[in-house]
Amino acid sequence: MIKLEPRGERSSTMAYLSPVLAALLTMFTGLILFTLLGVDPIEALITILYVPVSDTHGIAELCVKTAPILLCAIGLSVVFKAKIWNIGAEGQLLMGGLFGSYIALQLTETEGFWVLPVVLIAGVLGGMFWSGIAALLKVRFNTNEILTTIMMNYIALNILLWAVHGPLKDPEGFNFPESALFGDSALLPILIEDTRVHFGMALALLAVVAVWVLMSRSFYGFQIKVMGMDAGAARLSGFKEKRLVYFALLLSGGLAGLAGVGEVTGPIGQLIPQISPGYGYAAIIVAFLGRLHPVGILLASLLMALLYMGGEMAQISLGLPLALTGLFQGMLLFYLLACDVLITFRIRLKPRKVPPSSPLPSLASETQG
Amino acid sequence: MDIDLITNILYAMIRTGTPLLIVALGELVCEKSGVLNLGQEGMMLMGAVVGFIVTLLSGSLLLGFILAMVAGVLMSLIFGLITMELSANQVATGLALTIFGTGLSAFVGSEFVGKPIEGLDPVFIPVLTDLPIIGRMLFGQDLVVYLSFILFGAVYWFINYSRPGLILKAVGENPHAANAIGLPVFKTRYLAIIFGGAMAGLAGGYLSLAYTPLWAENMTAGRGWIALALVVFASWKAERVLLGAWLFGLASILHLVFQGLGFSVSPNLLAMLPYLATVVVLVILSSNQTRSRLVAPMSLGNPFHARG
Repeated sequence: MIKLEPRGERSSTMAYLSPVLAALLTMFTGLILFTLLGVDPIEALITILYVPVSDTHGIAELCVKTAPILLCAIGLSVVFKAKIWNIGAEGQLLMGGLFGSYIALQLTETEGFWVLPVVLIAGVLGGMFWSGIAALLKVRFNTNEILTTIMMNYIALNILLWAVHGPLKDPEGFNFPESALFGDSALLPILIEDTRVHFGMALALLAVVAVWVLMSRSFYGFQIKVMGMDAGAARLSGFKEKRLVYFALLLSGGLAGLAGVGEVTGPIGQLIPQISPGYGYAAIIVAFLGRLHPVGILLASLLMALLYMGGEMAQISLGLPLALTGLFQGMLLFYLLACDVLITFRIRLKPRKVPPSSPLPSLASETQG
Repeated sequence: MDIDLITNILYAMIRTGTPLLIVALGELVCEKSGVLNLGQEGMMLMGAVVGFIVTLLSGSLLLGFILAMVAGVLMSLIFGLITMELSANQVATGLALTIFGTGLSAFVGSEFVGKPIEGLDPVFIPVLTDLPIIGRMLFGQDLVVYLSFILFGAVYWFINYSRPGLILKAVGENPHAANAIGLPVFKTRYLAIIFGGAMAGLAGGYLSLAYTPLWAENMTAGRGWIALALVVFASWKAERVLLGAWLFGLASILHLVFQGLGFSVSPNLLAMLPYLATVVVLVILSSNQTRSRLVAPMSLGNPFHARG
């Protein structure tokens, strides 16, 4: 019989090991799945995990895909630490892209070093505006932020669709739902020549460092962590709860907005309906998988970006559905939650029974002694 | 506005509200037992895709609906196992269920996108269908809509007047007290989770077999989430779930109303109305903190550990 037994205290080894275990279990399930589908499992695994990054071009593309996921996830790590469930990174990302695009389209003919920063700031403000609404509703009206942020994802998507079909549509674009191309001054500069790696990756890494400093070295970060662990204790210590809710949500919304504007001014170069293949949702998994820690999140973002590329590669060379990525994302999160039980419990193969004969030998030894 | 338009709007309102009603009734029972399952969207999608594929391959709508419910139940059992046996966080597990269901349904259904099937036909009840205005609305629908009326009655009676319903509520209010007087907390919660799964599967099946008889990725379009908000809107009361589901049905077909009145508004802006309505309703209902704390099941979302 397998039995779960409380450890009594959290095992920090298991806390680090559990994401690795979850990734391995997902891979193992993938092997079984490929075999059942009649695909050579080893070939499939190589196609998904190695082929996309087997050359410099691939590694560059990995960075391009990592940047938005990383930005969203690092922001989510702050709100999740505060036990605020912001599921709205996707909508905040879309709003960032939309706001940034609006400004960029006003400035297509304008030259100057200041154009790009203005566009980026507009994107950040777009994301903050969207998460700020959720914060206002939570603080002022006590609404459940899970439901409001989810609903606002759908609203943001519809506003984006309305914009590209209506006011922001390129008048010379043959009626395609796309904006005009942005001017050169509104585009993120390329970091590494001959690749698509743009300045957004540097911004993402900068954000990781900044959030790490905030959470581990600042009083604000400390207050957020305390509020997440025990809201009552935070209140008794005189921490301003409402201000912290605003701060955490605005920060994560702003970073998601930056991710969105980084996509439209980086690899895309115009506003289109498909800014994101669900980066905002993937970032939730990344935040959990990375244990809400900056280094963990960086690693998990790279894995998630690889999963996106691997899914595309599997579609091209093995004819598997593109939805493979989403399936693996879901499995990964499930296995993680299941493995996390090992942080607080240990597995015993046999229930420990008190042997019925135990008093007798001790008695015997006493009489002998 | 003429009588015909009103009749059609009322008819479409009920039809659109039906999947919301079914999934929200399932979630209501689930939450009454103290379990918050945020995976409705994922379970609905699995119900939709499985029901569609089964009907396409077998030609039987009945079999499609049954297996859609089975798919929903299997999904809910994953949730049950992880939250009950492994005491994982219900919020995170529910989210995972939705992400997993979205991915799995898209994966399974990728070869079936856009294929046509014969959808469920309406069944007209003689004489009553011809009643002015409400005839089509209440008596000119398909069988699943009639089933949703029965389901509502059953859930209403179960929660308010039956002994097992009392046990359900006791477990949801205070599982430790319920356990102390010998009520089966785990069994009750499992059954509630399974019922929620079956209803989500049925609602998903309704979308892909009757409402729009085809399969498309993510075709539930947030209905599972709206249903979760509906339960809050309803203050955990079955009769208000019914009212709310039909009102949201109306919000989702407002474009018909606008067309009828001769307004031209962007379809994308109208498409966001149900979601906007959800936010507005949540704001109105949650603003009184004391009240929202009193109407929700006390132990909602809290795991129960006292087994063995």
